[in-house]
Amino acid sequence: MKFVDEFRSPRLISRTGEEIRRLADPNRHYRIMEVCGGHTHAIYRFGLKDLLPSNVELIHGPGCPVCVLPMGRIDDGLSLAAEPNFIFAAFGDMMRVPGTHGSPLEYKARGMDVRIVYSPTDALKLARSNPEKHVMFFAIGFETTAPSTALTLVRAKAEGLRNFSVFCNHVTIIPAIRAILDSPDMRLDGFVGPGHVSTVIGCRPYDWIAKDEGKPVVVSGFEPLDILQSIVMLLRQLRKGEAKVENQYKRVVPWEGNRAALRAMAEVFELRPYFEWRGLGFISQSALKIRASYAAWDSEQRFSVPGVRVTDPKAAQCGEVLKGVLKPAQCKLFGRECTPEQPVGALMVSSEGSCAAYFNYEHRKPIAIAAAAN
Amino acid sequence: MATPATKIRFREPQIEMAHGAGGKASRRLVEGLFAPILFGAGQGPLGDAAHIQINGTRIAMTTDSFVVKPLRFPGGSIGELAINGTVNDLAVSGAKAEALVVTFVLEAGLPTDILEAEVRAMADAAEKAGVVIAGGDTKVVEHGKADHMYVTTTGIGRLLSGVEISPGSVRPGDKVLLSGPIGDHGITILLARGDLDLEADLRSDTRSVLPLVQALVREAGKGVRWMRDPTRGGVATSLNELARDCGHGIVICEEKIPVRDSVRGACELLGLDPLHIANEGQFLAIVSAELADTALRALRATPGGEEAEMIGQICEQPAGAVLVTTLYGGTRLVDMLVGDPLPRIC
Amino acid sequence: MCLAIPGKVIELDSQNALQAIVDVVGVRRKVDLGLLQDAPPVPGDWVLIHVGFAMSKISEADAADQMRTLTMLGEAEAAMQEVRGYGLENKQNEQQDQSVPRLKQ
Repeated sequence: MKFVDEFRSPRLISRTGEEIRRLADPNRHYRIMEVCGGHTHAIYRFGLKDLLPSNVELIHGPGCPVCVLPMGRIDDGLSLAAEPNFIFAAFGDMMRVPGTHGSPLEYKARGMDVRIVYSPTDALKLARSNPEKHVMFFAIGFETTAPSTALTLVRAKAEGLRNFSVFCNHVTIIPAIRAILDSPDMRLDGFVGPGHVSTVIGCRPYDWIAKDEGKPVVVSGFEPLDILQSIVMLLRQLRKGEAKVENQYKRVVPWEGNRAALRAMAEVFELRPYFEWRGLGFISQSALKIRASYAAWDSEQRFSVPGVRVTDPKAAQCGEVLKGVLKPAQCKLFGRECTPEQPVGALMVSSEGSCAAYFNYEHRKPIAIAAAAN
Repeated sequence: MATPATKIRFREPQIEMAHGAGGKASRRLVEGLFAPILFGAGQGPLGDAAHIQINGTRIAMTTDSFVVKPLRFPGGSIGELAINGTVNDLAVSGAKAEALVVTFVLEAGLPTDILEAEVRAMADAAEKAGVVIAGGDTKVVEHGKADHMYVTTTGIGRLLSGVEISPGSVRPGDKVLLSGPIGDHGITILLARGDLDLEADLRSDTRSVLPLVQALVREAGKGVRWMRDPTRGGVATSLNELARDCGHGIVICEEKIPVRDSVRGACELLGLDPLHIANEGQFLAIVSAELADTALRALRATPGGEEAEMIGQICEQPAGAVLVTTLYGGTRLVDMLVGDPLPRIC
Repeated sequence: MCLAIPGKVIELDSQNALQAIVDVVGVRRKVDLGLLQDAPPVPGDWVLIHVGFAMSKISEADAADQMRTLTMLGEAEAAMQEVRGYGLENKQNEQQDQSVPRLKQ
């Protein structure tokens, strides 16, 4: 696979690993946050932690849209699915996420019309081919995904397709990073920046992290070599005492982002005054809502949504894990009450969530590594 | 017989789709509800087929139901799956299928030509696999109470001589063999459903694996400890079941696992792990270290086994788990699948 | 947080200028080009696909640059081992830190 396999070259990976070990000051402990859940997943999927020296610690960030979605939003969305002639469409990621009365997949098994779509345009297609039904697309995602939802809504409006709406849960990454940096118990040395979000927003929005907070940011791709190279770039900055925003993922991320995508978002969305994040609580101006000019395609404006609020189970320490204060396994519920099959907390819900990734790929691993070495 | 004292460990209030998907939930249902009531205590690990004795003759017996959407897909159809699936379950338990009986559950309104095509597909597959269809039964349910048609096949087989299959015989140092590329069936079905709007030149791998099993047993039977066809839940689920049953660890090397380009492409695109994707014409074998090379040669020399690989080995640790290693030294645990593989975007 | 992978634009849709067939190692899908309307890709271009949309054109030149940087990472280190003792380490280091000059293919 072009643009994939070359970035998994074993020879270069081991060299880059060596470079990291060379650059890391043995007398110092580095805490680097990878903001994006895609990075978290890749780090576990490729076993990259095995290549890092023990004093370079990766902290998993809040960039998992499924994990940070409060259960109340899922309940709200699913409450509409019970309406007659209603199709609930969502990405596969949402299908196993538990609401108070079950996951979308469980609703489907009970006979409700729940469909998995790969693209918001597939949901639009469902609306065209089922004119007698209403199709609601349950939209999730950060700035990578929001433009696709926006363009889909632009098309729906242009076509005058009235049996389609979007239940919008799009969130924005910068306020979440700010919330983490504002947290008093947080100590981070730098950030592996979210590469795919940056294809849309570019690299400028991270400037304040470097300038005001004095922390280096390297916008990174998702292959093993991308992530390792980003760590090299961060360690070099730290070694020189610098803090700047660098773009490791130049082959994909333009420094200025994608203007057409930003225009589409501005046309359709505006900022919500505040939005609740699972594990992090309410964060102001951290999510998108559909503008009044698209009210006819906004499920929340069109239907009466109960507006359920479900508080996170107290015992689950998702917030602390999300902020990097606790490691997944340090949570009281990890691996006992809370497992990927029966998640209690947000981070166990999605395979991108740091707890699920840790559980699936890392849990029980120390003995395993020793075994593999023999 | 079940007594009120039988301890039931299955506590879920209702049956969900995941209970049929071949992963952990399926296992909980079987081990927590069916096994304690139906088989009582003292039941060993649940294999692909039961071995029973009638008048001193040991035979293997198994049953499987087939529910697939769409009924026809590139490379096969529900009829072929129904024959090959049961033939394969017997084969990997070390038996050659001799006779099958078939049950059809048909939805009222099913066009006859669709049914006829499937019956013909079954006859062809049975002939190819060298098995007799000895009888059957039909039920018709109201329109809307089934999805076109379901097929159940129950088969008996004669045990192959010179092989004894048991997870208990698996030892650290034994090798893990895989008969060919994985994921073809599961990805073909996923694409054939059409919801994802993806196209690829890909065919289901549905086939009888008996000729490969026979070659393996003929050349290296004494070294063969365990076999399994990794259907629902894929290679990851089958190996996790073995790891749990034998109590050892299984370490497999990612680069050694054969995966076709288009299966890989679809998996990358949809965020799936090929190790979790269903197969209908491959099998895994655990073979003693001494006979592993002979076994691999035997598989590769058999038509349809050219792409067989030795993908890993049994280790003492991680006990009860499966570890994947990469060429550059990264490692990860790979668990059983929870439910069906779902495409993801994040 | 967002799964996106590279695919090659095979053909543009003659009916709809904002759609193209994209190939990912033998898997094809109709992909929406609406987010690249400022500089639409042409057949042969590589794009990054997320939820059925092309998000960005992939730059072969930048990818090649990155590979060179990565290759030199080890080589520079090997070279440094050689010159160590001549008091040249710092110079080597700085050179490495600068962005790598673009080489013509």
